[in-house]
Formats: sequence, structure tokens, C-alpha cells
Amino acid sequence: MKELLVISGKGGTGKTSIVGSFAVLADSKVLADCDVDAADLYLLLSPTVGATHEFRASKQAMLDPAKCVGAGQCSATAVCAEACRFEAVAFANATLAGSNASKGMSILGTGSAAGAGPPHTVPHIDSVSCEGCGVCARACPHGAISMEDVVSGHWFVSDTAYGPMVHARLGVAQENSGKLVAQVRREARSIAERQGFDHIITDGPPGIGCPVISSMSGVDLALIVTEPTVAGTHDMQRVVELARHFGVETAVCINKYDLDEAGAEQIEAYCRAEGVDVAGRIPFDEEVVTALVRGVPVVTRDGSHHAEGKAAQAIRRLWANIESELAS
Amino acid sequence: MIVSVASGKGGTGKTTIAVNLALALEDSVPVDFLDCDVEEPNAHLFLRPVLETSEPVTLPVPVVDESRCSGCGTCAEVCAFHAILSLGGRAITFPELCHGCGGCARFCPEGAISEAPRAIGVVETGWVSRAGAVADAAEAADAAAAAQAIRFVQGRVDIGTALAPPVVKAVRSKAVPANGVVIIDSPPGTSCPVVASVKGSDYCILVTEPTPFGLNDLTLAVDMVRELGVPFGVVINRAGLGDDKVAAYCRQESIPVLLEIPFDRRFAASYARGGQLVSDFPELGDSLRGLWRQIRAAAGPLPEEAETVR
Repeated sequence: MKELLVISGKGGTGKTSIVGSFAVLADSKVLADCDVDAADLYLLLSPTVGATHEFRASKQAMLDPAKCVGAGQCSATAVCAEACRFEAVAFANATLAGSNASKGMSILGTGSAAGAGPPHTVPHIDSVSCEGCGVCARACPHGAISMEDVVSGHWFVSDTAYGPMVHARLGVAQENSGKLVAQVRREARSIAERQGFDHIITDGPPGIGCPVISSMSGVDLALIVTEPTVAGTHDMQRVVELARHFGVETAVCINKYDLDEAGAEQIEAYCRAEGVDVAGRIPFDEEVVTALVRGVPVVTRDGSHHAEGKAAQAIRRLWANIESELAS
Repeated sequence: MIVSVASGKGGTGKTTIAVNLALALEDSVPVDFLDCDVEEPNAHLFLRPVLETSEPVTLPVPVVDESRCSGCGTCAEVCAFHAILSLGGRAITFPELCHGCGGCARFCPEGAISEAPRAIGVVETGWVSRAGAVADAAEAADAAAAAQAIRFVQGRVDIGTALAPPVVKAVRSKAVPANGVVIIDSPPGTSCPVVASVKGSDYCILVTEPTPFGLNDLTLAVDMVRELGVPFGVVINRAGLGDDKVAAYCRQESIPVLLEIPFDRRFAASYARGGQLVSDFPELGDSLRGLWRQIRAAAGPLPEEAETVR
């Protein structure tokens, strides 16, 4: 069983369109969408959701106002506010914690301007800023803060016309995307092992941060989808370095290569110098957008369609190269 | 005034809008430009700033004094991130997992834990000369003083480091809103690095494209900015390329569409080479100044202005 991850560094280079097409082209596979904060693969594969699971990986501080004695009584700034390093303890109507706290106040939406009205000395926990470290709860001399489990997202095991798919949705403004990615991958692997699939094909997140690192560990090949723009090239280089840092083999695909052929040539020169295989070049083709609007992978042959476009043909060649690379 | 530029989906044109808005406004208002996409910072490729300072961004991580450690295990129990373990009477640290909350040091009953900075990235500051071209550094410095250039700040998280938000916060801390505008180029998505970039801004521009992916990720981004309580509007980039469902969604949700930029291969070619669209296509500068007027009207009087009135 081989695991392919499709990533890019820069967003919007075509990862999901390519993974959607691989879903059609690969014979025996489980699909995983690890772009958990903007998951789009389902829009191409129209899954039937089979099972929904809550994702609980973090805790959040909850303050009981009845037990809190308030700033001034507690300590000048309240022990919790002094202990918190994430600016998550905010005061509604006072500027006790300085200018950063006043930024937090607008989030609480208490309606009155900074410094106006009587000071409200019982703090609030700003759930968006709280990282769940628990220092405030432990530090509070009055036992007014407890740490509660948070449902920070959901993950799904679904069926598609092309095979099983594991995907997820991180809650709005939530943390721990890396752990949710790990959960999606664990489930995809378990399905692949139980049911004897040959491949796991994973749509990765953009960037090089926590969810990307979590997507990358232990995969057999990371296919980096780039485009011949200064930004696409720059971001590809950072992802190549990231993969090298974690000892993951890479191949590159240049999408929309004909938008700037000189730029595409520079990417190829970089790849040659770095010993990275260029596994495919896909031309710009409005048919990719047309297929997306219809909600199907661009390589789909559904009878209603005229001869296959040049992007679809290039993606077929790309998959053939990737499949043999995975087999070697 | 702080204006952030965000999008759920990557590659919709955040950096293009942020960079060209900065260039379109530089004649009328002092501009601070902050590139908060610290995983993949790209604005420098288009603004070509002269960078003058570079400082490490660090996180305080635990250092255990083994001679004082009793092996009681309090630190491991305190740590929510599994960054410190107690094994065989010793405390073992995993700095790459540490969020820097300080809990272990604070609660160690033996006072055996201190904190030392661990570098996780850099924050760089500089400025952009007026024509966008980089002149000789000394000559350019004079030009900057004379021409009220764009102040430029960017962060870069070290490769292999999972902690973008502290680097984003370090970039944000370099902003000088004063009486000008701070333009923030955010990372894609809706999770913690994006929240750290957008939180506390006076207005957020959400850039999308008229495709099902663009629409899906726009709805997620809208949920995020609503959660943060930041006023926002939408820019539809590459208009005409997909369908009209993004426009319909905005109408239905009463979200202002601030600007539509048509799909044009000439724009794509200029972008590909790192070009500045407002120089190559001056009419876009007018459109972006129009967008700015809408934002000013929508954001209402700013705190510093209210202050002056009083």
C-alpha cells in the first residue's frame, strides 16, 4: 500500500482538481482530504457521508463568574490575566491588560468604548485566543476556571463513485488542524489496510505549517503542484525544503505551464539542480474550470462530452508517471 | 485603520489585492504593509522592498535544571501539549511541541525549570521605494524620507516549524497604525494563523473566485470574520471565468461586493512575472481607490478620529 500526498505551498495551484482526477484514474484507492480548514475535494467527488465523528482534541478555559472575585480583589490585574500568555483573558470595560486587551474587547462586543462606564472587573475568556494550556485554571486562587473539552471539528467516512473517502471539517477559527489531519490519515490507512486497497491519495493543505507537516510524515511520495509564477516558484522551493527536512521523496507537476513558458523552464532547471523529478506539465485549459462548475473531475468521461481537452490528457500522463514512480 | 486581506481558498488573489491596494494608496495616505502569510510570504516578490532589520522570533521553552529536578512529574501533568515528559525521575523536553505557555516553569514545585528562547522564525522590516524599483540602498534611503514610502514588514516561519501564529503576532506588533492605513496580507484558510492575522482589524477584504471551490471557501471565511466581529466585503477575482453563484450568495447574505476583477490573461502574465498590476494597468489603481472609499465609508469613524472629534 502506497501513500501519495498532493501539496503545493502556494494555494490555488490546482491540487484539488488534480486529486479529483486521480480519484477517477487510480484503480484501487482510499481518498483523504487533509485540507481540513478549506476542504473542497467533496465538491468534485460528491460523497455520500456514511459516518460523522466529533473531533475533540483541545480544551478551553471556562470561567465561572460566581466564583471569580474579580481584578482588584484577586490581584491588581487578576492572576489569570497575568498568567495567560495568549491574551485570552479579556476585560469587558477596562484596559487593565493594556492595548492588546483593548483589541480583544471589540470581539466581546460589549458595545461601550474603552474606558467608558464603570470598570467591569470579572474577566472573560476569549475563546478564539485561548490555546487550552490550562495555566489560568491552575493559577486561579479561587477555583473559578475549569478546562472543558471542545468539539473543534468533525470528520467523516464517506462513499464516492470512485472509492471510500475520509474528510473533515475544522470548526470556524479552531486550533489543532494538525491533529485533525492525523485523525483523517489514521482512518484512511485503517480502511486501506482492512479492505486491501493499493493507494491512499491525499489532498493536502497549502502552506508549510502544522497541517502540512502532519500530512507529510511517512508518505511514499509528495507531489508538489506548482505554477510558473514568481509566487508559485518561491513557495514550491519552501515545500521542497520542508519535504527534504522530513526525508520525504518529492515530484513536481507544473500546472498552467503555458501561462509563462520561460517561468516553467526555470522551474524545470531548479528541479534538475535539486534532483526532483518533473512528473507532469499541464497546460492552462478553461475546461478545468468548466468541469469544476459542473462538479466533476476534468478527466471524467460521461458521454455528454466532446473530445477530451489538453489538460485532461496531461493529467492522464501525469498519473501514469506517478503510478509507476509509486510502484518503483 | 487596519485592513486585512484574507480568503478561505488559496490562490484567489489576496497578495495581488493587498499589494496593489498599497501601491494605489501610497500617494494619499501613509501605508504600512504587513505580510502575515509567514509560511509562504510572497508580497516581497511584487513590492521588492529594501529590508533594513531582521530579528528572530522566539518562543520561551523550558530548560530543566537536573540537579534540582525531583522527578515529581508536575510539569508533565501541567503541559497540555505533551512537550515535557517525566520518565525515570527525569523531565524530558520536546521543544518543537511547546507553545510557550510557561505552565511547567510556573508550577514546578522545585523551581527547577527556567525558560530559554527558541527561534521559530524571523520578522523583517524595511520599506518600498515609490516607483517599486530598488535603487542603490543609500540613495533609496533619502528617497524614502522624501517620498513617504510604504513601510514593509514580513515574517517567515522556519521550515519544519509548526508554529505560525507567534510569528504572525510578531509581524502584527510592528504595525504603526498612527493616522495611516495598515494593510495585512493573510495566509489562506480559516484556522489559527488566519485568525492571528485578521483578529483586531477594522475591516477585512475577502478575495474569492467565481467557482464552486471559491464559493465553498468564501462561506467558511465569512463564518470566521463574523465570529471575529470584523466588518467585511468581498472582491471577486477572475470574474467571468466560472459561474455567478458567488455573486448570488453575496446578494442573499447582504455582503457588499466591493470589486470584480475580470479574468484577463494579461493580468495573469503580469502577475506571473512579479509585475505590479497598477503600473501595468493604471485603471486598476482607480478601481482600488474606489474600493478604499467604500471601505472607509463602511468602517465608520475610527477610534483615533473619534478621539480627535472629542
